[in-house]
Amino acid sequence: MGNPQFSDFVSIRDFSKQQISLVLKRAKQMLPYASGERKIRPLDGKILGTLFYEPSTRTRLSFESAMLRLGGTVMGFSSPMGTSIEKGENLSDTIRVTESYADILVIRHPLEGAARLAADVSSKPVINAGDGAGQHPTQTILDLFTMLESKERLEGLNVVILGDLKFGRTVHSLSEALATFGANLTFVAPPSLEMPREVIAEIESKGIKPKYATALEDAVREADILYVTRIQKERFADATEYAKVAGSYRIDSRLLSQGKSTLSVMHPLPRINEISPEVDSTPHSLYFKQAANGIPVRMAILSMLMGAEF
Amino acid sequence: MLKILGVTGENIKSTISVAMRVRSKKEEWKDIVKIEDRELDTREVNRIALIAPRATINIIRDYNVAEKTKVQLPRVVKGIVKCANPNCVTNSNEPVETSFDVVNERPLTLKCHFCERIQSRVEKYIV
Ligand SMILES: [Zn+2]
Repeated sequence: MGNPQFSDFVSIRDFSKQQISLVLKRAKQMLPYASGERKIRPLDGKILGTLFYEPSTRTRLSFESAMLRLGGTVMGFSSPMGTSIEKGENLSDTIRVTESYADILVIRHPLEGAARLAADVSSKPVINAGDGAGQHPTQTILDLFTMLESKERLEGLNVVILGDLKFGRTVHSLSEALATFGANLTFVAPPSLEMPREVIAEIESKGIKPKYATALEDAVREADILYVTRIQKERFADATEYAKVAGSYRIDSRLLSQGKSTLSVMHPLPRINEISPEVDSTPHSLYFKQAANGIPVRMAILSMLMGAEF
Repeated sequence: MLKILGVTGENIKSTISVAMRVRSKKEEWKDIVKIEDRELDTREVNRIALIAPRATINIIRDYNVAEKTKVQLPRVVKGIVKCANPNCVTNSNEPVETSFDVVNERPLTLKCHFCERIQSRVEKYIV
């Protein structure tokens, strides 16, 4: 086993464009192994500890599958119920104990910054699988990878991002990463849920001037990717206001007919009713492929953190 | 300022004099705090730098200025400021000191090492 290329995977902001490109390249190499078409065991005998302080079945299973596909094994908990954490053990202590049981840790936690704290405490590599409303860097990488696989480029790609752009911090890191790769960004958000100023400043510092649209029909016309996120009911004062906003951003065949024939729709899933099921069987739907890409991307990150050579 | 230095309480026996709006040589005004029998440690100097980045600290020994230093904002602010994000791990029961990168000096803007939240109006959060 060689030297690991990264020590932890906590925030996408820790990585340069070159480093992200390396992860994307490794993910591409992983595709035949991720599907099970070919076999590989570079992490034979290694243990992944999955510390899920809040349930996220999809993310946890995707990490477990990625580790098993690399020949490693997994152990951990999927909710703090019934563990010493429920008895009041703090995160720092839990990390100090579990790091001696595993070779690499993946953590999901409701508090922002929890993964950074875990990485500071642990001598073993730590992967952030989402910390509250904070970072979720493996999601960002899999989003970039899905766009790159589908469109064969990121530079100059017209990406429309729709939904709650204020509180959705994963959308902030995705937008920043896309700007780093030179994609053109258009934001569509309901009033009061617009992209925060500091994120726009960060994007502009990378030489990208984002566009803003209120009507979705206008925004999709030139788009290559329409990235849809959930709008949470809790963000609205009353149910009528929410219903109005949710209704005006519904993605269906009629809307997609306004765009290019190659327009692809992405969504981090699970969706509630943002995308009509009629879109699923059309060539526009990229969201199931996107979910499947979680495996090669997480295999890439696990193998790079463990210093496995390819 | 006195609160920052922790000299408001009963714990201090020395004389403290405060002069406000004193004209300086550069035709600007300044405030002066004079505390007797006291030299500041690094932590206290850093606290002053946070709220008064242009302050000068003079150490006077035997009626003469023995040392004169301009305060300097550290690149990383540790432990002095509380994170404004209520959902930050540093505001939970974790035994961890807060830590911020200084992203901008004027106006003072900090970024939490843990939750990455950008924080201005820092004076409100000094502990
Ligand atoms: Zn914080």
